Amino acid sequence: MSTALHLAVALDGTGWHPASWRLPSARPAEVFSASYWADLVRLAEAGTLDFVTIEDALGLQTDRLDGPDERTDHVRGRLDAVLIAARVAPLTRHIGLVPTATVTHTEPFHIAKALATLDHVSRGRAGWRVQVSGRAHEAGHFGRRTLPVLDPAAPDREIVADLFAEARDHVEVVRRLWDSWEDDAEIRDAATGRFIDRDKLHHISFDGRYFSVKGPSITPRPPQGQPPVTALAHAEIPYAFAARSADVAYVTPTDAAQARKIVSQLPIPHVFADLVVFLEESEPAARDAHERLDTLDGTAYTSDAAIFTGTPAQLADLLQEWRAAGLTGFRLRPARLPDDLVGITGGLVPELRRRGAFRTAYEAATLRGLLGLSRPANRYAVAEEARVA
Amino acid sequence: MPKQIHLAAHFPGVNNTTVWSDPRAGSHIEFDSFGTLARTAERAKFDFFFLAEGLRLREQGGQIYDLDVVGRPDTFTVLAALAAVTTHLGLAGTINSTFNEPYEVARQFASLDHLSAGRAAWNVVTSWDAFTGENFRRGGFLAESDRYSRATQFLAAARELFDSWPADAIVADKDTGVFLRNGSAGSFRHTDDQFDIAGRFNVPRGPQGRPVILQAGDSEAGREFAAATADAIFSRHGTLVEGQKFYRDVKRRLPAYGRPEDSLKVLPAATFVLGDTDADAHEKAAVVRRQQVSGATAIKLLEQLWNRDLSGYDPDGPLPEIDPDVSGDHIARGRASVRMHRDPIAVAAEWRARAEAEKLSIRDLIIETTNRQTFIGAPDTVATAIDDLVQQDAADGFILVPHVTPGGLDEFADTVVPLLQERGVFRTEYAGPTLRHHLGLEVPA
Repeated sequence: MSTALHLAVALDGTGWHPASWRLPSARPAEVFSASYWADLVRLAEAGTLDFVTIEDALGLQTDRLDGPDERTDHVRGRLDAVLIAARVAPLTRHIGLVPTATVTHTEPFHIAKALATLDHVSRGRAGWRVQVSGRAHEAGHFGRRTLPVLDPAAPDREIVADLFAEARDHVEVVRRLWDSWEDDAEIRDAATGRFIDRDKLHHISFDGRYFSVKGPSITPRPPQGQPPVTALAHAEIPYAFAARSADVAYVTPTDAAQARKIVSQLPIPHVFADLVVFLEESEPAARDAHERLDTLDGTAYTSDAAIFTGTPAQLADLLQEWRAAGLTGFRLRPARLPDDLVGITGGLVPELRRRGAFRTAYEAATLRGLLGLSRPANRYAVAEEARVA
Repeated sequence: MPKQIHLAAHFPGVNNTTVWSDPRAGSHIEFDSFGTLARTAERAKFDFFFLAEGLRLREQGGQIYDLDVVGRPDTFTVLAALAAVTTHLGLAGTINSTFNEPYEVARQFASLDHLSAGRAAWNVVTSWDAFTGENFRRGGFLAESDRYSRATQFLAAARELFDSWPADAIVADKDTGVFLRNGSAGSFRHTDDQFDIAGRFNVPRGPQGRPVILQAGDSEAGREFAAATADAIFSRHGTLVEGQKFYRDVKRRLPAYGRPEDSLKVLPAATFVLGDTDADAHEKAAVVRRQQVSGATAIKLLEQLWNRDLSGYDPDGPLPEIDPDVSGDHIARGRASVRMHRDPIAVAAEWRARAEAEKLSIRDLIIETTNRQTFIGAPDTVATAIDDLVQQDAADGFILVPHVTPGGLDEFADTVVPLLQERGVFRTEYAGPTLRHHLGLEVPA
């Protein structure tokens, strides 16, 4: 079994620590500009990372469970992640672009064509981080349903199951729409005057509990066929969703044993661990950086993912240990941008390369290629061959 | 000083205006095609690039229509990517108010405005048809009569969202630790027949305050909607008499909304064929029209009026003796133009009479009635025609629709634009960075 590992970074605002925006190197006033995102993604690409994810939500950031807060001391506001990815696509050549898009209140038809178009624009580098919204205040932005406030420690099982069942249908519709055009549907046949062979376009005729969608998509099949679908999962119901619907799951173990156990529940090509990282030249310097930010914020930062504080070499040790436990890669969440991204590309990546555990150059032109996933056959074309046989 | 002309480039559409069989014709989905046309438009100092949208593939006679270009990108996604390969050109996208929600559309347009540094425009369209609605979880619920009230309320809700962040909301002072001036930025509540939404919008105010609003409706309700809310109208009245009539009609509606006349630009769609001489251009234009209307296309277009299967007719033969079927559902679906024939039997009689008098086949007749280009001539002839129409208040400019993707604007950019610039009626440099600058529109308070 290969010991090489995959690396992604999760980009969000000025970094994952809420006080990161106050550091001298932070650019808080620029997080709503294109150049800010272009700089970060180019930096990640210079480190030959597999992909970046871009966080998003259908509501304002908040520290409260029951709705928006009135805080003025944290970064608030964000741009649409799919559009950030599209804006950056022509400026990059190799790195995967994986925006977050919520499935709970959105139309699968719109999301399918948006991600297919991102794949066309980036020539095969699009992915999708599927996000389920259980937030009552986000439901209020759409006014189509009401949700109770869910306690993440003990959420109402029935509501969560329902939200994830809807997510499963949503992803199924998106995947069918991506296949609703066969690759060779466009024929431009001058003799008959036909632009397409309409037998190679397919109604998907999805009829489920939450919605029905006829198809076909208005957008031809994306270059990758199926852009990779990814999802963050912390518990049983999301694990089941990821196992069925995703190509890459992001999970949040705290040690190798736990990682091994989670991996056994996810029979999919890739399981990545999420880690918040503070990287410095020495362990005390990293601890000091972490503590200084906590002090600035007036509270100790907590996260759903484990928080790593140390040197690139120590992080490389940890990643290799967890890699041996069955994880195939990692989605690192820089606590500070750009500092910890620089720590990843300038410290961790060279360290892993020295150990023969990470690529030295991009070996594939598409995100599926970087992830070792072949281009899938079209489900409708396959069905046709089967009928003929 | 003469009136200044506004020009936009329409990416060739999924209809028979676009000649995909031309040897120079490129992809309709690869990003390079969009980038190439947008860069040509920017090189020529155009106001904006325009992208249409249709949310269901067209069908005729129960089958997907296969004679025209089929397939389009997602509007927002391709415009955001175009922002990376252009610096000044406005980026206008058509987005439907029926099959979307205000919170989502507002955050997409506000995001596009940030990512393009103030170049976003929204062509607001409405539809109600259950056919398109079959692609959407909330599709097909709107009565035709409700479509403008839906659009009006949708736009009102979106405006509240655009306005929910003050322009100076973000302080981002690292020393004092104040990121937001006010902890309630983005608060909104909007309640009407269509929407009951409240909460916090999550995209700060864009460089243009709100995106530029375009509107294309031609009905009484559509014109009133445009007068109340739009910054520009995408009209189909490109001739002198019709253009002047439309121009006067929409401009006279503005005072009732407290708006000055120049706050709403009238921009008809226009096609063009250029040549070395006028005669050469007319010859080319005739060839293009025959490319646009093949025999098969002529029959399909005739079916759209007759509302019958006419596949047994010879396109080079006479028009059908039978009358159009006005009884049932329309044979063509997912197309706005089929509603234009208000009295099909009368139009058919007119067409038959004309075909007989002028000895026209089905194909000849369709070419004559549907596809005459707006501007045909040598560059100087076309520049003069455009300038005259604008100076005589038949338009404030034009949205040009090339018939070849993506190079169909090159000749216009290289030959007509310099002549308009020489006349002093078209910019030689962009005067400002945003689309509002190009169109001479105020940033909304």
